[in-house]
Amino acid sequence: MATKPEISANPGPASAPVSLSKEEILRYSRHLIMPEVGMDGQLKLKQAKVLCIGTGGLGAPLGLYLAAAGVGRIGLVDFDTVDSTNLQRQILFGTKDVGRPKIAAASDRLRDLNPDIQIDTFETHLSSENALEILKDYDIIVDGTDNFPTRYLVNDASVLLGKPNVYGSIFRFEGQVTVFGYPDGPCYRCLYPEPPPPGLVPSCAEGGVLGVLPGIVGSIQAAETLKLIIGAGEPLVGRLLLFDALAMRFRELKLRKNPDCPLCGTNPTNTKLIDYAEFCGIRGEEAPAPQTSVPEITPRELKARLDRGDDLYILDVREPHEYQICNLGGQLIPLGDLSKRVNELDSSREIVAHCRSGKRSAEAVEFLQRAGFRKILNLKGGILAWSDDVDPSVPKY
Amino acid sequence: MTVKVIIPTPLRAYAGKQESVELQANTVAEALNGLTLRFGDLKKHLYSDDGKLRSFVNVYVNDEDIRYLQKDQTQIRDGDIVSIVPSIAGGARN
Repeated sequence: MATKPEISANPGPASAPVSLSKEEILRYSRHLIMPEVGMDGQLKLKQAKVLCIGTGGLGAPLGLYLAAAGVGRIGLVDFDTVDSTNLQRQILFGTKDVGRPKIAAASDRLRDLNPDIQIDTFETHLSSENALEILKDYDIIVDGTDNFPTRYLVNDASVLLGKPNVYGSIFRFEGQVTVFGYPDGPCYRCLYPEPPPPGLVPSCAEGGVLGVLPGIVGSIQAAETLKLIIGAGEPLVGRLLLFDALAMRFRELKLRKNPDCPLCGTNPTNTKLIDYAEFCGIRGEEAPAPQTSVPEITPRELKARLDRGDDLYILDVREPHEYQICNLGGQLIPLGDLSKRVNELDSSREIVAHCRSGKRSAEAVEFLQRAGFRKILNLKGGILAWSDDVDPSVPKY
Repeated sequence: MTVKVIIPTPLRAYAGKQESVELQANTVAEALNGLTLRFGDLKKHLYSDDGKLRSFVNVYVNDEDIRYLQKDQTQIRDGDIVSIVPSIAGGARN
């Protein structure tokens, strides 16, 4: 189906014939003695230019393996700083890097790993304004982002520029990997024409990720990238690889190019980049917050009222495993069970609902209001704000 | 026909935390209908208000996307596996 393109390394105008130094020959000897790579493949790697979007969980193994393999020029795009919750999976970073820009920490690590390659850094949010300019100099784009707007942006920019986009995505213990944007191959919009509306994506209750999962998925992305560069094997084109770390099972689904795809179909209507926040239904900094109308109580007010001895019923709508991490001694009824267990609540008492950040409990308050509860408040900012404003001994997660 | 429907991780919370469900069905529509009858909360995650399968949820019979078969009228044979595969983005916390 898809023909295998030669990934052009596009050397500069006056570039000398590329060769390996004695040190490089030693460094890459395990590639060189393997016919599938060999000297030709290693020289292709040296001339290749790969852009990694995101230096987080997926970008970490990806950057490490591409640098170690001798990919001559690696671009890194990220705007974030390292925080301690990253270290559970983002193996590019160490404890000493907490607080540093990810780009700086990542490029230090990769330069240490391989001083012979060029690392380009873009400490910025990839946007419709800068994406084409940033992507245009690279042969292959690797999507290691963590949100829908950037995924559609990376897809669209790659297709418009005619570049392969090595895609990986993770959730809890499941991953998806494929190669988009290959000549005659499908793109992300062929697979999913539209993103989910913000309200329907699983909330932080169902979030989280097994630390090693992005390591596996990012490593598969790295393998596909190296294969595209050296032209070896069967690229993961037209196939969606699903990985389940709990079942330890890989499955493969057929992924077809959609002839009606607005971006890469036979009569494309999307010919330039769009507003991806709007496309994904996200306005402003955060997702729209329809829950702003629910009655609230701040952690400090709640503390004062509890100290006064007011009769307040604390309702914790998080999950049992979250309750184990920390709790305020409230009654635990997970949001998903509330409709079935509403009879356990006494509507004559004043109820304060809380969760981790205040989002799920706002939904609980709305639900209970509809169910006829009148004296119900949402703890503003949840247990996170309680930890910040009242009791710092309560751990944040 | 006995069919196994594989529930993806993000939707397990709305399907009794099960990884897969066995159902009797002759078509994909029957299988999904049986599933949402058993787990009412799943419905809004699979279908939009106008009753159409959501565009960020794909359904496969074995390894084939039903959009390229007979959509939800795709026939099911005994032992087929129906997979629901929604889009996932990664770890961004909202």
